[in-house]
Amino acid sequence: MGATPNGFNLDNTGRRIVVDPVTRIEGHMRCEVNVDDQGIIRNAVSTGTMWRGLEVILKGRDPRDAWAFTERICGVCTGTHALTSVRAVEDALQIKIPENANSIRNIMQLNLQIHDHIVHFYHLHALDWVNPINALKADPKATSELQQTVSPSHPMSSPGYFRDVQNRLKKFVESGQLGLFKNGYWDNPAYLLPPEADLMATTHYLEALDLQKEIVKVHTIFGGKNPHPNWLVGGVPCAINMDGIGSVGAINMERLNLVSSIIEKCIEFNNNVYIPDVIAIGGFYKNWLYGGGLSGKSVMAYGDIPENANDYSSGNLHLPRGAIINGNMKEVHDVDQRDPEQIQEFVDHSWYTYGTPGKGLHPWDGVTEPKYELGANAKGSRTNIQEIDEAAKYSWIKAPRWRGHAMEVGPLARYVVGYAKGHEDIKNQVDGLLRTMNLPVSALFSTLGRTAARALESEYCGRLQKHFFDKLVTTIRNGDSNTANVEKWDPSTWPKEAKGVGATEAPRGALGHWVRIKDGRIENYQCVVPTTWNGSPRDTQGNIGAFEASLMDTKMERPDEPVEILRTLHSFDPCLACSTHVMSPDGQELARVKVR
Amino acid sequence: MTRILILGIGNMLWADEGFGVRCIEAMADRWSFPTNVRLLDGGTQGLYLLPFLEEADALLVFDAIDYGLPPGTMKLIEGDDVPAFMGAKKMSLHQTGFQDVIATATLMGYRPASLALIGCQPVELEDFGGGLRPLVAARIDTALQMALDILARWGVTPTPGGCPSPDLAHPSIRHDAYEAGRPSDRDACRTGDDRFFPGAA
Repeated sequence: MGATPNGFNLDNTGRRIVVDPVTRIEGHMRCEVNVDDQGIIRNAVSTGTMWRGLEVILKGRDPRDAWAFTERICGVCTGTHALTSVRAVEDALQIKIPENANSIRNIMQLNLQIHDHIVHFYHLHALDWVNPINALKADPKATSELQQTVSPSHPMSSPGYFRDVQNRLKKFVESGQLGLFKNGYWDNPAYLLPPEADLMATTHYLEALDLQKEIVKVHTIFGGKNPHPNWLVGGVPCAINMDGIGSVGAINMERLNLVSSIIEKCIEFNNNVYIPDVIAIGGFYKNWLYGGGLSGKSVMAYGDIPENANDYSSGNLHLPRGAIINGNMKEVHDVDQRDPEQIQEFVDHSWYTYGTPGKGLHPWDGVTEPKYELGANAKGSRTNIQEIDEAAKYSWIKAPRWRGHAMEVGPLARYVVGYAKGHEDIKNQVDGLLRTMNLPVSALFSTLGRTAARALESEYCGRLQKHFFDKLVTTIRNGDSNTANVEKWDPSTWPKEAKGVGATEAPRGALGHWVRIKDGRIENYQCVVPTTWNGSPRDTQGNIGAFEASLMDTKMERPDEPVEILRTLHSFDPCLACSTHVMSPDGQELARVKVR
Repeated sequence: MTRILILGIGNMLWADEGFGVRCIEAMADRWSFPTNVRLLDGGTQGLYLLPFLEEADALLVFDAIDYGLPPGTMKLIEGDDVPAFMGAKKMSLHQTGFQDVIATATLMGYRPASLALIGCQPVELEDFGGGLRPLVAARIDTALQMALDILARWGVTPTPGGCPSPDLAHPSIRHDAYEAGRPSDRDACRTGDDRFFPGAA
């Protein structure tokens, strides 16, 4: 098959392994790879198998309500969709939000980042590296010593504490309710931790569970409810009433104190547990540097967390914006979501048609015209595909490109962009981590790098959260308790036609909503989500997408136990739930695992 | 006093998947509860529900569940069968999410002592942007009656009249508003179209 323009050598002659979905609440995805006789992945194909016509659902709705619909798109990054939606509508109608609303939105968005990153690492991704069953063999005293070495400032480290956790875990495993830990390949040689490290990490799995349920209370305080908090075009829906005894639902000192204590808990956990764990666990896997994919070549971030309200210019954003192409870290391009030449979606390998082959469309002009057809070399039937033909159309995901380049998005993309731009906080964090682990910068471009960047970002977001909390309190003390601008709430104040874009950094990457409003109603609405970028199929030029690229050249220890595929796909924190079927060459199903 | 959580889960954008959330709305529209009872739109967010489970002694869940029974069939599952049954069989599309929530609550030692699951066999799920099918919508009354029976056993007697709660879905996406603003099946090109759902035509 040969080399792709973005630098990967594809060979689809080896045996084919198929990864196929079952659950769909967070999206459908399927993945197929070819492995050579050494078990090394030589071709990778990522397919979105689900059609989601959000565009049509929103057509004709009140733009002020769009956030409530987009919040229900999926079960993971709901608040981020809502924020992106209100930003798009505010942009279209030129609505300026008050500073307090900016601070509160930032706190909510940062809170979601931290929550998502911690939950992802401990509850979704850790089991790719940590073996909770092996933890039952650990010596609690040795675990205590390990804990004190890894993180001397973490108070929960006594042998008795680890013995208690071990007993609790034992009871849980013996009760047969292995639900959380089933589907693991616990005897696969790819697991490298000693029992004590497994026990320490499993203990933190439980500590993280306790923490995460505290973290989300911030959304209840500012959003009125959780799950699915409330948002507002023009600001935030919560009033501030500092001497408001008896004012129902308003933000007062008591609630702010609760927010403040949650922020402190996040900072503590990141410093004492999350970062030390990534360093400790990562240390055992230092030689497993697969999975870099596009991260060392082409990455993109929209940037987020504006210091001052209503200013989305690059210099005002704490999470960096920029695009790097062809591995040239010396040049970071600015990204403009409005420029019709920059972001375009292609459909030559997607089950859509624009009429003309090779055409790319900017999301404001986005067309969603389906065309479902399988290539000549596909195996199976239209309703039961056994093997995709990637030379033809093969995905319900469009292929978004930045100036024609396939891009990786997400925490690692943000950190690569930040590092290349000389972002002080990011550079210090990355250099510090690499020094501690005695690794070169190139180690960043890997599955582990993606996982480490997420942890560093959680730590950085913790500090930013505190910054915006202090800013909010200062502004309120100075007498400004305004949280919403309702000047343009009434549609009669709107222009007849308007268009806007909202951009955020969702936990799993750059998220954009493009809206067109006509006569007070939504005329067109397009979402380009992070997993569209990362999970995109090939484009007209043959560039492979980020998931596809990340699996290339990975060696699988046991092709019937695709731990390696799971590690790398999970490291993107993909917004989907799917199930892996590993097929032997004659098509017989060998194994089945969950990917989410 | 026993703390009771009544939870509706599911994705309202997925046709009959919205059953649980719509039941909670109907419950809050028609009945008023004492302060030890909390009604919550759980939506699609699994782990976000843990803090609410921790604060509950008894949990009642409404959900669309694929029991493999005729569409519209209602089924009640109680006690230890709730998580066990969930583990044994594909129950609902977000089962992993909620099953994990119960398993996690168990692991952490705060699973509510009493569990009840009121499920409706869906007619249609393959319809993103669709609404409840008439057969399933007509089961909301049945589901509410089943819930009242369970609540009576748990010592709760609601009084007629609604109970406004901040824990419900935003007004713009409540059942009536959602249905009224929905584009027609034809415009939305959602069902019965071979281009989207191969084999349907």
